[in-house]
Amino acid sequence: MHNETNMNSPAPQSGLLDRSDTRVKHANNLGDVIRAFFDRVKSGDLGSSPVIVGLIVIWSVFTFLNPLFVTPNNLVNLLFDCSTVGVISLGVVCVLMLGEIDLSVGSMSGVGSALIGVLWVNQGMPLPLANLAALSVGAVIGSVYALLRTQLGMPSFVSTLAGLLALLGLQLYMLGSTGSINLPYGSSMVDFGQLLMMPAWFSHAIALLPGAAILLMGLRTRAHRSAANLSAGSVSGLVLKAVATTIAFEAAIFYLNIGRGVPWMFGLFALLVVGMNYVFTRTKWGRSVKAVGGNAEAARRAGINVTYTYLTSFALCSLLASLGGILSSARLASASQQAGTGDVNLNAIAAAVIGGTSLFGGRGSAWSALLGIIVIQSISNGLTLLNMSSSLRYMITGCVLAIAVIVDSLARQSRVSHGRA
Amino acid sequence: MTTAPLSQSEAKSQPILSLRGISKNFGAVQALTDIELDVSPGEVVALVGDNGAGKSTLIKVLSGVHAPTSGTIHFENKQVDMQSPSDALDLGIATVFQDLALCENLDVVSNIFLGQERNPWHLDEVSMEVRSWELLNELAARIPSVREPIASLSGGQRQTVAIARSLLLNPKIIMLDEPTAALGVAQTAEVLNLVERVRDKGLGVIMISHNMEDVRAVADRVIVLRLGRNNGVFSPDSSNEELVGAITGATDNAVTRRASKRAAAMQIQG
Ligand SMILES: Nc1ncnc2c1ncn2[C@@H]1O[C@H](COP(=O)(O)OP(=O)(O)OP(=O)(O)O)[C@@H](O)[C@H]1O
Ligand SMILES: [Mg+2]
Repeated sequence: MHNETNMNSPAPQSGLLDRSDTRVKHANNLGDVIRAFFDRVKSGDLGSSPVIVGLIVIWSVFTFLNPLFVTPNNLVNLLFDCSTVGVISLGVVCVLMLGEIDLSVGSMSGVGSALIGVLWVNQGMPLPLANLAALSVGAVIGSVYALLRTQLGMPSFVSTLAGLLALLGLQLYMLGSTGSINLPYGSSMVDFGQLLMMPAWFSHAIALLPGAAILLMGLRTRAHRSAANLSAGSVSGLVLKAVATTIAFEAAIFYLNIGRGVPWMFGLFALLVVGMNYVFTRTKWGRSVKAVGGNAEAARRAGINVTYTYLTSFALCSLLASLGGILSSARLASASQQAGTGDVNLNAIAAAVIGGTSLFGGRGSAWSALLGIIVIQSISNGLTLLNMSSSLRYMITGCVLAIAVIVDSLARQSRVSHGRA
Repeated sequence: MTTAPLSQSEAKSQPILSLRGISKNFGAVQALTDIELDVSPGEVVALVGDNGAGKSTLIKVLSGVHAPTSGTIHFENKQVDMQSPSDALDLGIATVFQDLALCENLDVVSNIFLGQERNPWHLDEVSMEVRSWELLNELAARIPSVREPIASLSGGQRQTVAIARSLLLNPKIIMLDEPTAALGVAQTAEVLNLVERVRDKGLGVIMISHNMEDVRAVADRVIVLRLGRNNGVFSPDSSNEELVGAITGATDNAVTRRASKRAAAMQIQG
């Protein structure tokens, strides 16, 4: 498709299409790439570097205080715990990208788990159907928030705060006087939440994928770009990245397989993260979400259906919250009044922010849910190993969240002053 | 494009866009009152007026950003009712807004293709980047990298990106709200060249500018707005006094007073 408006366009400059401005330093070798990375970080484009640094510090401290922390089986447990809240956090990323918030994800996950208990255990509905029902309820509730926001201009902060209470009430109402419904041990559901591990060979095979994907997709993009007369990165850099990724993943998988192995539930979470990352970076919808989060009026004038973007993001957020609730009911083998209460809500939101998704909208990634939740669960797991009470756990998690938000705000200020807001 | 450039007389008989009695209220503020405006294919209409005269508001009505309070819009001889900016884009009305309406957090390519991405389920970044460079080169843009967020660009560079974006969709009419306000000499010349190229292809152009030199250079007709009302249609050859008089609404105005003061000063010196 070529635009006819471009007639007698000036002759293109010689050389590569995107390398005509001589003032720009381009990273050509590995040293340049690394220098460019540090320049980016200095200007406030932090990406996930602070959280990775934070994670290394946290793990070192806990291992120093109690070597049990890094035992393979403890890490396997950590992965189980990450999966449930992590899925909720992934949903939170969707609304944070819009510059909105959903404070009711915890209650929503409680409703999800209660629905599984009531529909599957009490009413005898087939499991897939009960799951579908719980997810649909999530989608509907998210859509309601979006409509309140777009049609009535109600800030999502307020509508979801109201939703937090209302959904908690719904959860308590559904669970009735007993207050808790046990899911049958030995059912596929509970096995998935507590026992099912990937076979060792399978997990090792999976661990090859990221490196292979980096290499193959990188080479393909390279070929396309050079065919289109655009600059293309170096092959050696690509190979290096792929090899490093593969070694890191294989080593991690090897270590986990010394213990119980890699939980299927974590596999599901990782798959969702990868899927959402694709959606955010490579689809039109993901681009619209970022655009609306960055400048909603500009997005509207560019012809983006802002209402639809809000609707789908909020629906997806509540749907994922409901899924997180389902997973946690499987993990605990029960749907109880406690599900989704306490720190679940704030952990899910904190994870997204700690992982590097900005509270100010338009900036973030699906990976932040994964990285952030590992930080949060590491703290909680490590403190439990040290026999610390939950009071201390809350205080420390609160401080970490505060630090993450401070880093976010400072990075934003730095971006503004470096012209990268 | 198959449509041959229309001759002026042919063009005048068939306006591509015509407004009748357009009014727009913002609460108590009557920003536009009974505006009449025709644009023919292959015609450049300059819209001039003082600050707050309602020029941008008129552009926003035509681009579907604001719904008019009353009045009718005919586009290609059909009455149209634009509910949203996407309706206007679908009709073939492209706009460069005064505030540019760019997403600062996205890079140049994403902004140019915003809402029009190629391959929605697997964005074709390479072809979008190539097309972006073509559009930008056409405008003699000086942009270091199209993969940096817009926030890192200068004001003029942003303006060029906004103009490039408006060319993307083969529009039938292009509206430029002060397109050269922040541009350098070469870039301004390129934009004026572009306006002429677009006109020669038979597209309609509405250009807002405070720079009378630019207006004279490309406009076929100059329409003056004053306090939200039509205040005369002028040929680009009309004298400065005439235009300034219509814009400010008085023959005795700040501009003429300055001019006569200067003249007096020169006389004393000379
Ligand atoms: N969204 C709005 N709400 C209320 N009033 C508005 C709005 N937009 C514009 N106005 C008012 O409408 C009038 C016309 O504004 P407009 O932006 O069209 O002026 P303009 O001719 O483009 O001026 P300039 O040359 O300064 O760009 C002004 O008095 C302004 O205050
Ligand atoms: Mg204006």
